[in-house]
Amino acid sequence: MFPIVHKRQLSESVFEMGVEAPQIARKVRAGQFLMLRVAEGGERIPLTFSDWSVEEGWIRFIFMRVGKTTHLLSHMEPGEALADVVGPLGTPTHVEGLGRVAVVGGGVGTAVAYPVARAMLEAGNEVTVIVGARTKDLLILIDEFEEMPLKDLIVVTDDGSAGEKGLVTAPLARLCQAGAIDHAMAIGPAIMMKFCAQTAKEHGVPCMVSLNPIMVDGTGMCGACRVTVGGETKFGCVDGPDFDGHLVDFEELMSRQRVYSDMEREADAEYSKECRCHL
Amino acid sequence: MPPVDASGRRRPSRAPRTPMPERDPIERARDFEEVALGYSEEQALAEADRCLQCANPTCIAGCPVNIDIKSFIARILERDYAGGVAVIKERNALPAVCGRVCPQEEQCEAACVLARKGEPVAIGRLERFLGDFDLACDLEHRCQPEVGPDSGYKVAVIGSGPAGLACAGELRRFGHAVTVFESLHAPGGVLTYGIPEFRLPKTIVAAEIEALAMMGVELVTDAVIGATYTLDELMGEQGFDAVFIGVGAGLPVFLGVPGENLNGVYSANEFLTRVNLMRAYEFPKADTPVRRGRKVAVVGGGNVAMDAARTAKRLGAEQVFLVYRRSEEEMPARREEVHHAREEGIEFKMLCSPQEIVGKDGWVTGMVVTDMQLGEPDASGRRSPVCVVGSEHTIECDTVIVAVGTRANPLLTKATPGLEVSSRGYVLTDDEGATSLPGVFAGGDIVTGSATVILAMGAGKRAARAIDRYLRERG
Repeated sequence: MFPIVHKRQLSESVFEMGVEAPQIARKVRAGQFLMLRVAEGGERIPLTFSDWSVEEGWIRFIFMRVGKTTHLLSHMEPGEALADVVGPLGTPTHVEGLGRVAVVGGGVGTAVAYPVARAMLEAGNEVTVIVGARTKDLLILIDEFEEMPLKDLIVVTDDGSAGEKGLVTAPLARLCQAGAIDHAMAIGPAIMMKFCAQTAKEHGVPCMVSLNPIMVDGTGMCGACRVTVGGETKFGCVDGPDFDGHLVDFEELMSRQRVYSDMEREADAEYSKECRCHL
Repeated sequence: MPPVDASGRRRPSRAPRTPMPERDPIERARDFEEVALGYSEEQALAEADRCLQCANPTCIAGCPVNIDIKSFIARILERDYAGGVAVIKERNALPAVCGRVCPQEEQCEAACVLARKGEPVAIGRLERFLGDFDLACDLEHRCQPEVGPDSGYKVAVIGSGPAGLACAGELRRFGHAVTVFESLHAPGGVLTYGIPEFRLPKTIVAAEIEALAMMGVELVTDAVIGATYTLDELMGEQGFDAVFIGVGAGLPVFLGVPGENLNGVYSANEFLTRVNLMRAYEFPKADTPVRRGRKVAVVGGGNVAMDAARTAKRLGAEQVFLVYRRSEEEMPARREEVHHAREEGIEFKMLCSPQEIVGKDGWVTGMVVTDMQLGEPDASGRRSPVCVVGSEHTIECDTVIVAVGTRANPLLTKATPGLEVSSRGYVLTDDEGATSLPGVFAGGDIVTGSATVILAMGAGKRAARAIDRYLRERG
């Protein structure tokens, strides 16, 4: 069992949770992920590490309440424990020798952008962070980013309720245009990563993306997470989660992410019948 | 007691092989309960009575772990079932598992003297009878191998599948402290995630693992060696004196045809893991979903393909096609499983090879296949299939399950510098399982590629003996 030691609500549907897992904490590097199971009979879901402490032996992740599993998770409190946490899995983000980087975090993907930006700074790169969300209330980790020695922090909201109004691709295009970055890294919804990669490509800037395909085991055993990259099939869990954004078949990724949408709705409906108060 | 002749010698029965009681195919194809029900005591006695008790029993050599088959059958004839269990457990800790899933027809039963003239003794079914007898006893009355005096050595076993479990049990008998590391949340490896409930109930696997725990084997789940801990750490700071790698060959092979990443295309590993380990057939009661296809095409001809096809049927498919590029004769699956699949309504499309998976709006709608002809035998001894020109046609389906084998999973080997692997990623060992790293042994599918439960167990046991020697010689 993995005791919960920290929980914080970051927005209406986004939560940060910390779990005691010293053996995992000592191994995590930015960009890696974990698989968790809330309780017996539960799904295994992948979530990316947002933070960790080797000394204190905890790991943290940020999740958005979308389906049954994340709903259950959102109702758990410190003192309770998760049935299973496995990790760290996946290949760490490449952070060495990138030069001037723009890290783009969209929505809950910002949770991953945070350790990635930190690791890039520690590796001696110059880092600009672009954080985007639909609206002001959905922005997360802004205070944390503000404390970092970033080159710049650019906040964007779809509705203009905070920062620039528009999409994250606009400031990314500006940075590319001005020749202010050598590399980009985008982490967020597939559609956002697709357009970030496209924007960077138009300006000849390399762009890594951190993909979030459906997974079951997370160790290469099932092949659920396969993505087409440069015409080849890759496994998101062991070959990734980071890939060259210019080569990823995003249409296929987005289609594969929807495989269980109808069944997830069914599970949610069942769950809400059992537990009206929570939904 | 069996009949005896005037001289007092037993006369073996000449009755035909005792059939295995099985559930009705129409009924069983709708649920996940076990298909084969096992012999009653009466049936077991009748079948045991067919054994000639040969002076020179050839069956034993046919068993990869050399169980003293003659003796355990003799114990059945004496109605000393506990004694029969003890005989098996000298060689095989998991009789209830092996009695169900071993390909006995190619091993012990193929070597039975009676096989020459007709039907061999149903050795596997008798093994299962004893295994089930043992599991039906209270834990304290089960046949427990004796644990040797504490040796002071600690051994880590990586992977809790058949190779790892067999190795762990044997090491414990030698008196070593054993910790088994499993990457999933539940132990058992392929016995848990791969083999369906209707062929191997999970309660049987759990009971066998419980017996190991009783012997003092420790089990750590959720530990991915190569990620959570490296092999170096196990042997360094964690103080293990030796390590056994039994991680299996868990990396699915795909066909390499266009359309393979369409929605509705599964690897058999994913499909079976969702259903067996995650119990997706109970969705939404269990949280993990799986698509319930209406028309399902399963590609492959091994036991895993049979398992996937029969599972798809149980999830409610109207039609399940089994697509195999050779003929039924070359299919590697057990005859019994092929027979079960056919009884349950699986449609066999033999000499048929997938060329492309086609779809609409991202979802599978069909599979383009061509007819094949058999040419000369290839390196594997099987006749190699050749495309019949112009025979392309499309099988309409909404789900495709690819069951054409697995490769070595590189997660552990890539994270272990100095561990020599073959060009295909399998761990290189000597005959006893020693790898290129001192104190590190390996066995099972990660060494041989996909094989059987009993071969993996044999490799695990052999390595355990080699580990024991290594530890004692090292002093």
